[in-house]
Amino acid sequence: MSMVDLPLAPRPVSALRIFARNRSAALAGLVLAALLLVALAAPLLAPYAPGAIGVGPAMVGPDAAHLFGTDELGRDVLSRVLYGLRISLLVGFGAAGIATALGIVMGGIAGFSGGLVDDLLMRVTEVFQVIPRFFLAVVLVAFFGASIWNIIGAIAILSWPDIARLVRAEFLTLRTRQFVDAARVAGAPAGVLIFGEILPNALAPVVVNGTLMVGQAMLLEAGLSYLGLGDPSQVSLGLILQEAQQIMRRAWWTTAFPGIAIFLAVLSLNVVGDGLNDVLNPRSRER
Amino acid sequence: MRGLDISLYVVRRLAQAVPLIFVVILLNFFLIHAAPGDPIDFLVGSMDASPEYIEDLRREFGLDQPLGTQLWAYLTRMAHFDLGYSLRYRQSVLDLILSRMPATLLLMVTALVASSAVGILLGVIAAQRPYSATDQTSTFLALAGYSMPVFWLGQLVLIVFSLHLGWFPTQGMYSLRAPAEGWGRIVDVLHHLALPAFTYSLYHLALIFRLTRIKMQETLSLDFIVTARAKGASEGRVVYGHALRNAILPVVTVIGMNFGFMLAGSVLTETVFAWPGMGRLLYEAIQARDYPVLMGLFTVLSLMVIAANVVTDLIYAVIDPRVVYR
Amino acid sequence: MAEPLLSVENLVTHIFTDHGVVKAVDGVSLTIAPGEAVALVGESGSGKSMTAQSLMRLPRPPARILSGSVRFEGRDLLTLSEREMRAIRGGRMGMIFQDPSTYLNPLMRVGDQIAEAVMLHRKMRRAAARAEALEAMRLVRIPAPETVMDYYPHQLSGGMRQRILIAMVVTSRPSLMIADEPTTALDVTVQAQIMRLLAGLRTELGSALLLITHDLGLVAEFCDRVYVMYGGRIVETGTAEDIFYAPRHPYTRALMRSTLGPERRVERFEAIEGNPPNLARLPPGCSFNPRCPERLARCAHDAPPLFASASGVASRCWLAEGGSDERAA
Repeated sequence: MSMVDLPLAPRPVSALRIFARNRSAALAGLVLAALLLVALAAPLLAPYAPGAIGVGPAMVGPDAAHLFGTDELGRDVLSRVLYGLRISLLVGFGAAGIATALGIVMGGIAGFSGGLVDDLLMRVTEVFQVIPRFFLAVVLVAFFGASIWNIIGAIAILSWPDIARLVRAEFLTLRTRQFVDAARVAGAPAGVLIFGEILPNALAPVVVNGTLMVGQAMLLEAGLSYLGLGDPSQVSLGLILQEAQQIMRRAWWTTAFPGIAIFLAVLSLNVVGDGLNDVLNPRSRER
Repeated sequence: MRGLDISLYVVRRLAQAVPLIFVVILLNFFLIHAAPGDPIDFLVGSMDASPEYIEDLRREFGLDQPLGTQLWAYLTRMAHFDLGYSLRYRQSVLDLILSRMPATLLLMVTALVASSAVGILLGVIAAQRPYSATDQTSTFLALAGYSMPVFWLGQLVLIVFSLHLGWFPTQGMYSLRAPAEGWGRIVDVLHHLALPAFTYSLYHLALIFRLTRIKMQETLSLDFIVTARAKGASEGRVVYGHALRNAILPVVTVIGMNFGFMLAGSVLTETVFAWPGMGRLLYEAIQARDYPVLMGLFTVLSLMVIAANVVTDLIYAVIDPRVVYR
Repeated sequence: MAEPLLSVENLVTHIFTDHGVVKAVDGVSLTIAPGEAVALVGESGSGKSMTAQSLMRLPRPPARILSGSVRFEGRDLLTLSEREMRAIRGGRMGMIFQDPSTYLNPLMRVGDQIAEAVMLHRKMRRAAARAEALEAMRLVRIPAPETVMDYYPHQLSGGMRQRILIAMVVTSRPSLMIADEPTTALDVTVQAQIMRLLAGLRTELGSALLLITHDLGLVAEFCDRVYVMYGGRIVETGTAEDIFYAPRHPYTRALMRSTLGPERRVERFEAIEGNPPNLARLPPGCSFNPRCPERLARCAHDAPPLFASASGVASRCWLAEGGSDERAA
């Protein structure tokens, strides 16, 4: 403690504020859960197959038969949005999951071993910080082909360095702490130390960043699809938006509903991420 | 003495960028060879190339030679700013990209200036009334702002302001009937610029606002702010005379570090409004599988990001007297 | 007795936090005569800094001044408008802070920071204000002030930075200087220089000084009267001499043992048993009773008032009741 009698402006976090934030995070969590459920149950909920042509008249606005309207081929927009959400969430969680796993392993190795390995890994992540990731993703997908797995892979490759840096930093501060020393003295091998002692403590920021990364990955995929690099066999929300570009002048519903779906998903992920940050990292609560 | 220190610092900072440029070029080379298929496809980048042209390129890039020789040939070309040739446009890739750059820069700079000015102002206001209704609302709106795809935002803006209200043109940079020069021309371009710039700044505003608000709150809780108040400074003087400059420093850094992210936003916005910049070119290159243009764009955009990082560091050094020119 | 320069009555400043109301200043009364040097002494967490800030009406939400009066040069500061108050801050009343490295704006040349203080209180052009700043820098004995003026804070030593902060205050020739732990963050040798400077300025400018400190050594050397603060309240007051030679409150005695004994210069009062009280949850009765070596049965539920004695020392302790000096041995 410093010699200041009392901090002049203690962190202005009122109980009400935390409550309100947690409440909005809880609400966002509910929205997210609902979206996940809807996406999983798409085959049960969707009135039509997403690609079925002419299930209704072409380009009619929302009505009782087609809640979200139809597109220029007479496809049902609601069905397409439900299936599209499935693919977008798959890309988001898939890419963020792989990136997080990769980041934990790489960051863990760097942070634990230090020295040359650490230097090398840090140089690599620095390069990734400078190279414009979106454009590298564009080039990767354009060169290797626009399949859903390539897209997931490309996004994961671009995203892991963030997690790696984070995990490394946590490792560096944690590995000198007493409980790790205690385990080391007791003769625990490196693997046990990393996964049993250090990692659980480094997990909080990783979870927060992983959550935010899911939303980022969804937006990245949407951007790729919009530029014509989506997987045509796996229709994502981004691809639906890209197709809508041609006809939205006459049929606003073809862009409004898929856009709202992706917006809601990413927003709820961001709010949940912020909420987790409040709960898991109390030291950065004011953020 | 300080002048000399600064020039040395600039030189050193530029030197640090060289390895990164090298990495970008290596990455291009690596991708050409790692991607499935014949590397020549990526170098030609067009379906209707004549067999002679393909043979020429094969020889030029030394594709029948060992990899080391190929790399050398590639690096030599790059050293001469030779980014290849686009059969589709019948133009060198570099010229093509440079001809599209002004439109992109016009859009980016306009949007960046507008969003920074408004974002910083709003951030400061929100920081002064922490946890008020205004603060909470604007914070939520900002979060919403960057939770949506920027091109979707563009589509909505287009539908409302151009198609529905008819206030602005739907696409492009010029009208065919507008005068080709003088004030008429400028007004015409600005008219076309309005919607894409608005879309893009709205998106970017969210980031700058959130950042400024956090940094401003942090700064306002620092000790020297108490000193300023104890001197008898008014609240306005405290905020704008003392806190703002300190809070702006990290904001400048983040803007610079996010330049790549911003370019991506700009590219997507251009595509929505058919704005004839580098983003539009990227879109066209993807559609046509014009790989030389694609790679050229990647290289140039990467260089822009690297340059932006250097410039950010230099700006920082100018604003912050504590930076040691080592 | 002449009209005091400053007279504080029942000042109450609380901080409203998530963990409850922190009663940082809980009914403090004190007076300072013109030109007098008064010390406000206590451990960290006793509320002495918040008291000082409250005199200048500096506390901001979540801290709030709830009641009391602060009469200064004939006006109650708590009833002034914000605008009138700004004229007082840095004008008639100046404040010097504890850590000069964090209390200076890192991006502003120190000369400009002093000149700003001048311009805030006198209509003056920048050039003239800088000349005044230069004058103030000479007054606080900064060597080569013309050069130092254009330095940034990070280019100066801790002692020099503290002189800059003091220069800022003396530009307006205040009638009261409040110095909040002005030497805590400095080296021991620099501490003495700064304290001597403050004492010199006091006589030169004829200002009164309120020294907030935990260092009883400084008090003995530089102050006329002392207020001892504990748990947001004044627990003992008297002339420096009386407090030193005849302290009656067990807390004051514990303070003396811890800072004037063999372990003098211990940064904190670790020698006193127990922890400083949690100002959000003060114990019932006398707030010092859980740590008091001379606790009586009634101390746990009856809060003592301030008992005055013939010698002039007033103590908030049952042991001082009736002016007697007898203690349970």
